Amino acid sequence: MKTLLFSLLLLTAPLAAGESVYQQLGEKEGISAIVEEMLYRVGGDERIVHHFDGVDIVHVHEQITLQVCDVVGGPCEYKGETMQVSHEGMGVTHADFNALVEHLIAAMEKHEVPVAAQNQLLAALAPMYEDIVQE
Amino acid sequence: MKTKLSVAACACAMAVALTSSVHAKTPGSKLLATGGASTIEGAGGGGIVPWATLSSYADTGEWGATVNLSEVSVDDFRLSVKGISASWNNRIEVSYARQTFDLSTIGGELEQNIVGAKVRVVGDLVYGDLPQISVGAQHKINQSFALPSAVGALDDSDTDWYVSAAKAWLDGPFHRTWVANVTARNTRANQLGLLGFGGDDEADSRWVAEASVAMFINRYWAVGAEYRQKPDNLTFAEEQDWRDIFVAYFPSKRVSLVGAYTDLGSIAGLDNQSGWYLSVQAAF
Repeated sequence: MKTLLFSLLLLTAPLAAGESVYQQLGEKEGISAIVEEMLYRVGGDERIVHHFDGVDIVHVHEQITLQVCDVVGGPCEYKGETMQVSHEGMGVTHADFNALVEHLIAAMEKHEVPVAAQNQLLAALAPMYEDIVQE
Repeated sequence: MKTKLSVAACACAMAVALTSSVHAKTPGSKLLATGGASTIEGAGGGGIVPWATLSSYADTGEWGATVNLSEVSVDDFRLSVKGISASWNNRIEVSYARQTFDLSTIGGELEQNIVGAKVRVVGDLVYGDLPQISVGAQHKINQSFALPSAVGALDDSDTDWYVSAAKAWLDGPFHRTWVANVTARNTRANQLGLLGFGGDDEADSRWVAEASVAMFINRYWAVGAEYRQKPDNLTFAEEQDWRDIFVAYFPSKRVSLVGAYTDLGSIAGLDNQSGWYLSVQAAF
């Protein structure tokens, strides 16, 4: 059994070794550019842009960048509001949440983030669904 | 060959229609590929198994629709399916499919209409801990009952009931996104119902298990396998379980393509029926 586990480790090692997700996202600079691209796309999306009415977008950009950097194990600490507090009463739907995810994916595709790193980031962010969506 | 050409022509026409309507309303807010493909019985799902997912990209408060064409060609038979579906609010799906089963070797043709409905009961494919769980029904009306009746089938129409559970793992093995679906179906359909319902060997319906698993290589391409248990109600020929391995391509929310290698076992006494499966779906 131990040998089996060891060979499994060896098999998966090449995937895990090399660059971290944080590095594959392009570190702080890359993450900042991805989040900028995402927000730019949100700005043109009539389904969800109203959720950002009267919002300080520079601040939002800063906070999301910090948060992404934090969840993928980068050298950042997100100290902002919890997702539950910051989305309270906004009435974010399943469709709205998906729209944002779609823009994040499009931004990562544009920045040529490898699929494995994309999936790890998405999996790290997905649990926020339950704090953000009120349906 | 004629059918093959007409499917190709139709697929091209669809592609053209789609390209020209690209600037129209987007198909819906669900994530790419989460509407699944279209099954040979009209419901949203894999190729041969209905999934708990609803067809089209209709999310909260949205409407969606699909049009689909499928062809299955095995050694001695050919199945052509034309289907449409509509769904609302990521909650309910209704579908219609017309199946034509060409008995290439034996000669003749069998036809069947299937009206389906599926409701998402609880859970979500992507988010939260619960899998997405849906219940559905497929009412099947055989249009060519003379042959099925002659080989021992009891009825020319019946309803399949099923419950399905599906879950996606965004970051599954190999850091790829995986989707799995299991379906339990209550049925007495002989070869989908193309050979009628119930038989001289077994008259009543029974529960059968169906399952699918797929891995997304990237955002647009997936590979997977499906398995479908079948009842065996007729004495004249043994009915066997079906299986396939498939490649699915989702270039956009507008269109999807599925190609598969399929093994349908023994059909109407002709053994080892294997071949290809091709399906194209357009979503609106």
